[in-house]
Amino acid sequence: MDGFGTGHLVYLLNGLLWTVVLSALALLLGGIGGFVVMLGRISRRRWLRRLSMGYVQIVQGTPLLIQMFLMYFGLGVAGVQVPALLAAALAMMIYSSAYLGEIWRGCVQSIGKTQFEAAETLALTRWQSLVDVILPQAARIATPPTVGFVVQLVKNTSLASVVGFLELTRSAQVINNSLFQPFLVFGIAAALYFAVCYPLSLWSRTLERKLNAGRRQA
Amino acid sequence: MQYEFNFAALAPYWGNFLSGAWVTIQLTVASVALGMVIGVLCAIARRSAFRSLQTVAGVYIETVRNTPFIVQIFFIFFGLSSVGLRMPILWAAIFALVINVGAYTAEIVRAGMDAIPHGQIEAAEALGLTKFQIYRDIIIMPAIEKVYPALTSQFVLMMLTTSIASQISAEELTGVANNIQSNTFRSFETYIVVGLLYIGITFLMRAAFWGIGLIAFPRRRKLGEV
Repeated sequence: MDGFGTGHLVYLLNGLLWTVVLSALALLLGGIGGFVVMLGRISRRRWLRRLSMGYVQIVQGTPLLIQMFLMYFGLGVAGVQVPALLAAALAMMIYSSAYLGEIWRGCVQSIGKTQFEAAETLALTRWQSLVDVILPQAARIATPPTVGFVVQLVKNTSLASVVGFLELTRSAQVINNSLFQPFLVFGIAAALYFAVCYPLSLWSRTLERKLNAGRRQA
Repeated sequence: MQYEFNFAALAPYWGNFLSGAWVTIQLTVASVALGMVIGVLCAIARRSAFRSLQTVAGVYIETVRNTPFIVQIFFIFFGLSSVGLRMPILWAAIFALVINVGAYTAEIVRAGMDAIPHGQIEAAEALGLTKFQIYRDIIIMPAIEKVYPALTSQFVLMMLTTSIASQISAEELTGVANNIQSNTFRSFETYIVVGLLYIGITFLMRAAFWGIGLIAFPRRRKLGEV
């Protein structure tokens, strides 16, 4: 009656599943948005650079929690009734597009200017030189920090609990409200997050070491 | 569907917004100061010759960095009150924030310490500096100087994280917003105002850290790195 049983564990694991689903959605949508932000940041048109810079400043200057509330209430205001998953996914998309855009911009700009110039002398269009010359090189550098950011992403999906989306943190809250064993319930929730995030952190670190080793030899 | 924005409904609450922003700033300053201390101590522990100290610091850092803050603050706040340890909400919030930011700071500072050339430490030893002097003047301060921009970003992120303290009903900016929107039913407008206030605090913080950097690290200014 008053103990933590298998039923509770299954409930938490179900929450974990939704955490993973939301993270995947956020990564996919945020990745598309982040690519656009990156393109804007390196654009030759000044107004595009300013626009994307302003977007990044606004998103990185406000808490994700506020972005969640704005999306949740904002869509309601616009007269669109959306499920909590969609509101949360859209807020996570805006959040991650700004951060991914900045990470990727850094990677693209770390590719030598001579590479751009070489592509230009070969009469490649700007788009061709980006896709065929710059991005393949930038992608290698971008992988470790992107995996590192996915860890942030998974952790930050926990804020979707405030708009009532039943992911891992919300599930833990629900169980804790009936059992009131916070150390146990939130401890297990933390362990589940750790089980997802720690391997990703290690992977990111390994990728980075490999990349640096390659550079040292070169 | 046409929505009429009504910011005027929020006007009577301007004092509440400001007091919320003030609490956010106080939370941030307290957590940055204490988190810095914890971070430097953990970075030293991580590099210490004692295996056990390394392990303890490592477990702490990895645990905190791989779990969400909201779970950490629930664990601490509800956990402590379940064993009868009650403290004011703001104290619990600062406690959780310090534990959180300490781990991130430790990793950044450690990276800075690892980048100190070993020859400099040996040179300091040859000059007969005490262990404390070496740590303070040769390792810690130059390390912080190196990673100062990364620390600044981390502390700005932490300021944004203080919004999560609203979930244990701390009366900081987001907590205040939650109250105001339930009084006025103007949720969208409320969160827009609060978002703008957060952007303001972000700029304020960046400016403050830039100023502190100028005073604390005159060498960077002379080298033209700022």
